[in-house]
Amino acid sequence: MDVIVTGLLLGGTYALIAMGLNLQYGMARIMNLANGEMLVAGGFVAFWFWTGSQVSPLLTVFLVAPVAFLFNWLIYIIFLRPLVKRAKSRGQLEVDAILTTFGLSFVAVGLMLAFFGGDYFSYSYLSTPVNILGDTYGANRVTAFLSAVIICGALWLWLARSRAGMTIRAISVAPDSARLVGIDVRKTAALAFALGGAVTATGGALISTFLTLDASTGVIFTLKALVIVIMGGVGDVRGTIVAAVLLGMLETFVARVIDPGLTLAAAYLLFVIILLWRPQGLFGRPTT
Amino acid sequence: MTALSSRDWGNLALCTLALIAAACLPWTAGAYSLTIGVTIAMYTVLATSWALFSGPTHYISLATAAFFGVGAYVTGIGIQHLPYWALLPIAGVMGALMAALVGLATLRLSGVYFVIFTLGLAEFVRQIITWGQNVSGTKGIYVLTSITEVHIYWQLLGLAAVVLLLGWLIGRSRLGFALRIIGDDEAVAKHSGIDTARAKILLFMVPGAMASITGAILAPRYVYIEPSLAFTPMLSFQVVIMALLGGTGRLWGPLVGVIPFTFLWEAISASFPNQTTLLLGLCFLVIVYLLPKGFVGLIDAARKRMNNAEGFA
Repeated sequence: MDVIVTGLLLGGTYALIAMGLNLQYGMARIMNLANGEMLVAGGFVAFWFWTGSQVSPLLTVFLVAPVAFLFNWLIYIIFLRPLVKRAKSRGQLEVDAILTTFGLSFVAVGLMLAFFGGDYFSYSYLSTPVNILGDTYGANRVTAFLSAVIICGALWLWLARSRAGMTIRAISVAPDSARLVGIDVRKTAALAFALGGAVTATGGALISTFLTLDASTGVIFTLKALVIVIMGGVGDVRGTIVAAVLLGMLETFVARVIDPGLTLAAAYLLFVIILLWRPQGLFGRPTT
Repeated sequence: MTALSSRDWGNLALCTLALIAAACLPWTAGAYSLTIGVTIAMYTVLATSWALFSGPTHYISLATAAFFGVGAYVTGIGIQHLPYWALLPIAGVMGALMAALVGLATLRLSGVYFVIFTLGLAEFVRQIITWGQNVSGTKGIYVLTSITEVHIYWQLLGLAAVVLLLGWLIGRSRLGFALRIIGDDEAVAKHSGIDTARAKILLFMVPGAMASITGAILAPRYVYIEPSLAFTPMLSFQVVIMALLGGTGRLWGPLVGVIPFTFLWEAISASFPNQTTLLLGLCFLVIVYLLPKGFVGLIDAARKRMNNAEGFA
C-alpha cells in the first residue's frame, strides 16, 4: 500500500515532465534530448528563490513557466527551425534534432556547472508528514503531486477542447494536411515546443522540492521521460499519464524491494517489454 | 566479390606502409607522444567501427561506453583465471552478443528507439554491475599485469587495421550493398527482398565487438577498474563527435576527425578543465550547422570544384 501511494505520487510528477516532452516530440516533432536540462534549470531557479528569499516553489512556478516558454520558443526559432527547413525527410530531421539538442544539453550542463558548481542541491520545503491511509508521506511530495494533477488536467482540457489545442493535435496527427486547412504549422510547432519546455521546467521546480538534483542529472530525467512517452504512445496525453504512473510505481517497488540504485534499470525493463510487446505504445494504434 | 583492381592494390600497399610507419612510433617519439598515440589509436578503432554501422544506416549509436566498459570488466574479472590472450576474443564475443540483444530489441523498429536505448545503455549496465558488487560485497577490481603502454599501442594499432580491413570487406560484400540501400531508402530495401533488420543487427555487432575489445585492451592501463570509470558516458559522445567531424561517408573519414579532435581535446582539457562539457556541446553544434558532412564533405566539395574548374579551362 505504502509502495503504491509513493509510486503514485512520484508517477504524477513524472507525468508532468513526460507531458512536456510529449508536446515537443509528439506535436512539434523535435526529439529534444535537452529536455532534462530544462527540468534541472527549473529546479535550480526554485532552489535559488527558496534559499535566497524564501519564496515558495509553488509561487516560483509562475515565474519559471513564462520564462521557460520564452526561452524554449527562442531555442526553436534560432536552432531548430533551420533544421526543419533543411530536412528533406522526417528521418533526416530526427538525426539532426538529436545531435543539436544533444549539443544543447551539453552546453546547458556546462553553463549550469559554471554558474552553480557541481554540487548536489536540495532544500527543505514543506517537509512535514501527511497521513494518507494509515501511512505518512512528505507534504512536499503530496503538494507536488496535486500541482502536477492540476497542470496535467488543465493541459488535457486545453488540448482536447480549445481551438489552439486542436491545431496542436492536428499538426501532431497530420503535419502536411494541417496546412491545407489553414493551420500555420511552423508557428504552431514553435508554440508546442515552447509550451513543452515550460511544462518541463515547471515539473522541475516541483520535483526539486523532494528530490536532490545536480547539474548533470538531467539526462536521467530525459531518459525516463522518453520511456514514458514511448510507452504511452507518442502524442497521446492519456497514455503518457498512465505510463508515468506505472513507471513511478515500478521504480518505487524496485527501490524498496531490491536496491535503490536500480531505478534506471527498472525503467529499462519496462522499456524493453514495451518495445517487444507493443512498440506503438499502450494506447497507440499499430502502424502498417 | 570482384577481383581487385590495380588501384585497390595500390591503396592496400599505401595503407600497409602507413601502418608500418605508425607502428614505429614507440622508437621515434617520447612517452608523451606515445600516450597521444594510444588515444588516437583507441578513438580510431572506436570511431571507425562506429561509422561502419551509423554511417550507412544513419542510426546514432550512443552505446560505445557500454561495450567498452563490458570489455574492461572482462579483462578485470578474467585476468585472475585466464591467460590475457584468451580475454580479447571473449570480450569481442560478449560485445557482439550484447549488441545483438540490443539490436533484436530495437533495430526492428524505427531509429529513434535505438538512439534512446543506446543513450541509457551504459548507465543501465553500470547500475547492474554496481548492484552486483553491492550484493557480492566487492568494490573495484585491480588489474595488475606486465603489459606496458607500448604493448597497448601495438594491440590497438593492430585492431585499427582489422577494423579498416573489415570495413573495406563489408563495403565490397552483399551486406555492405544491402546497407547502402537501407541508408538511402529503407522501404525500397524491404521491397527488393532485403531482410533489413537482420542486416542492421549483423552490422551493429561489429562496433559492439570492437568497442568491447578496445575496453579489454585498455583495462591494464587503468590498473584499478570501477563502474563509474569503466562506463564513463563521455566516451560515447566523443566517439560520435569524432566520427561525424571526419565524416561517415568514407571508410577513412573518421580517422580525419580523430586526429585533429584528439589534439584539440588535449588542449581544451589542459586549458579549460572545468568547461569541457560546455565545449563538447559547442563542438556538436558546430558539426550540425557548419559541417554536416564532416571534413570528408569539405574535401569532396573542394575536389569537385577543382575538377569543374579544370573542365572549364
